[in-house]
Amino acid sequence: MFGFWVYLMTDCILFASLFATYAVLRHNYAGGPTGMELFDLRYVLIETMFLLFSSFSNGFAMLSVHRGSRSATLKWLLLTALLGLGFVGMEVYEFTHLVMEGNGPDRSGFLSAFFGLVGTHGAHVSIGLIWMSVMMWQLFTKGITPVITSRLLRLSMFWHFLDIIWIVVFTVVYLMGVL
Amino acid sequence: MHVNPAHGSSTVHGSYRSNTTGFILSLLLTLASFGMVMSGKFPASVTLAIIVTLAVLQIIAQMHYFLHLDSSPTQRWNVMVLIYTLIVIVFLVAGTLWIMYNTGIRMMPMPH
Repeated sequence: MFGFWVYLMTDCILFASLFATYAVLRHNYAGGPTGMELFDLRYVLIETMFLLFSSFSNGFAMLSVHRGSRSATLKWLLLTALLGLGFVGMEVYEFTHLVMEGNGPDRSGFLSAFFGLVGTHGAHVSIGLIWMSVMMWQLFTKGITPVITSRLLRLSMFWHFLDIIWIVVFTVVYLMGVL
Repeated sequence: MHVNPAHGSSTVHGSYRSNTTGFILSLLLTLASFGMVMSGKFPASVTLAIIVTLAVLQIIAQMHYFLHLDSSPTQRWNVMVLIYTLIVIVFLVAGTLWIMYNTGIRMMPMPH
């Protein structure tokens, strides 16, 4: 657990580098659109809710593991994964929409930094979803064993960690971008 | 079989109560942040200070209620690594902004 926590902290430093890059480039529009023109806060709020509810349901999955109930754990994990999928789906739609309108990462320094930062977070969530699917399969075939419980704890830490990074993303990128 | 996961240093289990408390706090803090910016009723500088404060509070709430970081002896090393990481992040982000701000000033066209 300690080792995995240290990994999460190094991941924090990766995100800090991307945030620093974004902070430097946030006004380099190169004549392109600004955050104020591109971001729809209602859309981002719904996205945020998907991730927050998935963190909440992940908490219930872990409580079910400690109660020793495999079926309850599987149900909560499935709900967590579906909510996470909703988040990733909304982000993919947002990115596709931006690129289709010619506002891809090649448009300006601001958009390069935006896609780099938000995309890296989205990639983490997507990897978390793959990990969650594998864990659901292992739970289904092997049941709640000490090894699986330990893996689920790490996945849970990873999932909560991504929700914490998202708090900084929506504040620094979206809210401050529209301000 | 008694389920006893091999975790000495960090736990994510907690209780129904802490999970729900963390969720409700996060929900309220998120809605307050978005509501403040979306209403547009406050001056930008005030809004900025408040949304940054709300974000910090939400990070602390989630670390406490979801990740169960606290001052207990079992969490000691996790908290130590977190503090070290925060110091690195401050140097990294503040240093980058400082250097790039100065570079930006020096790249300005000179009046002849």
